[in-house]
Amino acid sequence: MAPKAEPAAEDLLRFITCGSVDDGKSTLIGRLLYDSKSVFDDQLAELGSAGGAIDFASLVDGLSAEREQGITIDVAYRYFATPKRKFIVADTPGHEQYTRNMVTGASTADLAVLLVDARKGVLTQTRRHSLLAKLVGIRRFVLAVTKMDLVDYDQAAFDAAVDDYRTFAGEAGIGEWLPIPVSGLNGDNVAERSQAMPWYKGPSLIEHLETVPLAGDADAGRPLRLPVQSVVRPNQDFRGFAGLVAAGTVRPGDPVRVLPSGRASTVRRILLGEAELAQAVAGQSVTLTLADDVDCARGDVIAAAGNPPQAADQFEADLVWMAETELVPGRGYWLKLGTRTVNATVHAPKYAVNVNTQEHLAAKTLGLNDIGVVEVTTDDPIVFEPYTESRALGGFILIDKLTNATVAAGMIHFALRRAQNIHWQHVDVSREVHAAQKGQRPAVVWLTGLSGAGKSTIANLVEKKLVARRRHTFLLDGDNVRHGLNKDLGFTEADRIENIRRVGEVAKLMSDAGLIVITAFISPFRAERDMVRSMMAEGEFIEVFVDVPLAVAEARDTKGLYAKARAGDLANFTGIDSPYEPPESPDIHIDAVTMSPEAAADAIVERLLAQA
Amino acid sequence: MTGLSYLDRLEAESIHILRETVAETKRPVMLYSIGKDSAVMLHLAKKAFAPAPLPFPLLHVDTSWKFKAMYALRDKVAAEPGIRLIVHKNKEAEAKGINPFDHGALHTDLWKTEGLRQALEAGQYDAAFGGARRDEEKSRAKERVVSVRSKSHRWDPRAQRPELWSLFNFRLGAGESVRVFPLSNWTELDVWRYILRESIEVVPLYFAADRSVVERDGLILMVDDERFRLGEGEQVETRRVRFRTLGCYPLTGAVESGAADLGAIIAEMERSRDSERQGRAIDKEGGAHAMERKKLEGYF
Repeated sequence: MAPKAEPAAEDLLRFITCGSVDDGKSTLIGRLLYDSKSVFDDQLAELGSAGGAIDFASLVDGLSAEREQGITIDVAYRYFATPKRKFIVADTPGHEQYTRNMVTGASTADLAVLLVDARKGVLTQTRRHSLLAKLVGIRRFVLAVTKMDLVDYDQAAFDAAVDDYRTFAGEAGIGEWLPIPVSGLNGDNVAERSQAMPWYKGPSLIEHLETVPLAGDADAGRPLRLPVQSVVRPNQDFRGFAGLVAAGTVRPGDPVRVLPSGRASTVRRILLGEAELAQAVAGQSVTLTLADDVDCARGDVIAAAGNPPQAADQFEADLVWMAETELVPGRGYWLKLGTRTVNATVHAPKYAVNVNTQEHLAAKTLGLNDIGVVEVTTDDPIVFEPYTESRALGGFILIDKLTNATVAAGMIHFALRRAQNIHWQHVDVSREVHAAQKGQRPAVVWLTGLSGAGKSTIANLVEKKLVARRRHTFLLDGDNVRHGLNKDLGFTEADRIENIRRVGEVAKLMSDAGLIVITAFISPFRAERDMVRSMMAEGEFIEVFVDVPLAVAEARDTKGLYAKARAGDLANFTGIDSPYEPPESPDIHIDAVTMSPEAAADAIVERLLAQA
Repeated sequence: MTGLSYLDRLEAESIHILRETVAETKRPVMLYSIGKDSAVMLHLAKKAFAPAPLPFPLLHVDTSWKFKAMYALRDKVAAEPGIRLIVHKNKEAEAKGINPFDHGALHTDLWKTEGLRQALEAGQYDAAFGGARRDEEKSRAKERVVSVRSKSHRWDPRAQRPELWSLFNFRLGAGESVRVFPLSNWTELDVWRYILRESIEVVPLYFAADRSVVERDGLILMVDDERFRLGEGEQVETRRVRFRTLGCYPLTGAVESGAADLGAIIAEMERSRDSERQGRAIDKEGGAHAMERKKLEGYF
């Protein structure tokens, strides 16, 4: 038999199905798999088929944990193909966790199939699924009116659902949607057009899915965007930039710009493996070489020279919260967009959105499955595009720095004007000049530890010793700062984070001025200490853990605060009813039980001067 | 139309995953099991990093019971320039003479699951590429592309990270690692079509030939060497068979087939009504949810 070539027309459509088990979703997907011959006889044989009929639903439920509970708890991916197309189906549940799972499944989908039970019509849930899919950028919908066999294939039931949805779609701005009456159980209008519904003249579900335009095809016509994944440098003669073309078409000779630096160059070669390409289009993973030896690293974006994207460090975005622990405004999270990961803080939400009504609600934070509009600030400018223009450069995730969990998905609306317009003031007297004038290397010596550990005492001694050696210093002490700069802040978690952020910013300015800054703050949260570290130049942040057991600090109780906290007169007191997260690898570890403050201060000064 | 076929798109996605992993982890390794999926994964990796050599070693967790033809291809691949292959055998299993004839499920547990753990710990790898596909088995449909494993290599299906767009989260706590599946979105048919398109070399056992076999418990087993033990009344016969998946030869069933080249295999697949894992005795050890249980314990 002669080898059969891959059929040329086969492309790829990714879609998501929305609805609950009650809507006949699993049955419909099972039927799609079965009718496209993607189910095998040995898999069918494993299923209990009651009364000879195949239980299509049980083809698609995955893990035994959820089979026992009778619900789908996660996103599952299914695959089937027809001679025209390959399909990837993200199957998401309609029950709890729906927002998180739907947003995840929809993030890569071109189209959403909304399931509506012919007996029940359009429900709140249908509207919610439509709005979520729209939020994540889906522009094409199918309204699959299911279980038509249970209403005797009655056109009136179908028309009622369609009329309902038409009204809603008009209000919600859902432009492109096609209603199809189906029966998953009997296969009507799934693969084949139904004999039972001669009144329906449209395509079957599979016919429609085979011919609907692909969202990805439009990307090739847009300006070039290639987020750089890595620099390929096997030897001195080759320096290539590897990445997936997010948008546009690129050919050798094309003028490009490397963002955010803005450096210009020209594409020399395009490689896919060892093969040299005459062009690459959106969707291809390639390696480019450039005509000039320009700076370009992972996280940069190679873009069309005449039409580059923006870079900014403040954005407004939709944020979908996906973790059990709620958003902490002001705390640092890792933000990953394209191939770039930066430290970012999220401000308190402007408002949260009720998904069912689109109402704006006042909100101080976001919890699991909440959606809100927020402002995000990043430590460094990132190259981006509005999400409506580019999923690849407009969608981001937030990662919790302690648990490493993916806690949120974000979709950028636009950069905030103040970030774009307020450029860093260019100064002729640089921080290097400030430092050189003082003849020292700036540093921030950050003392952290429980109340009563001896931070302030040690900090005072450190400063005295440094001044004695003619060093230029400044001491920021917790109690002093709270009487002035931060007197508007209390002791809630959010206020403590803001307290540390401000102290960090002040310490940063003082180190820019060339000073050695010594700080003494409980600073109980690892994430905030890391945030301050990330603000400073490499090696300039010296974390000193003043370590005493809680019992020792409490026994000392120099300010009588532990007694008050134990008596319930002082809330959110670190060590009592608020946690202290000790540093995992401090630069200096002081055992403040065995070491005198004098000895501790000597150790710190010695380390500091050795470094300088 | 961009002119990209679905194979082009799958290829691009897999290369993207391979590159992200190498950029964001410290010590990646690629599990190489010599089968068709490993062959495709290795081919994609070469494409992803060319003209540089592979930035990670290959790891074969050997059970000493693979088909001879598999060892032949493995050694050929290992001899290619730029390829570093590590072979790990569980010493304990070797010392105890654990084998598929006497020890049943213990064979897989010690040689493969435990062997894999040992090899990953010995190499201190924080990322391991595997060729598993979501279409293979029901419990795999919900596996992430980047799947976090605890210090003890366990998989917690309830604590999986959501994967949005193509933004993978590789951040790990102490002792944690990730398994990365670049072929997640491929089906068996896609794999064969890609092998044909790219002329990728695979073990000849995938192609039909006259082979010495024994039929046992509904499986057609190949008598690959003298270690094969015949049961009472069992007869070695010559039949025209091929394999859809490859593993330990006494545990891997052949199918009767005349498909002797790639075109014929693809044509046969398009007609096939049986899943590829149907010939794997290992999936059936321990009942209906055997694979889910094995995954929880750290099997690939």
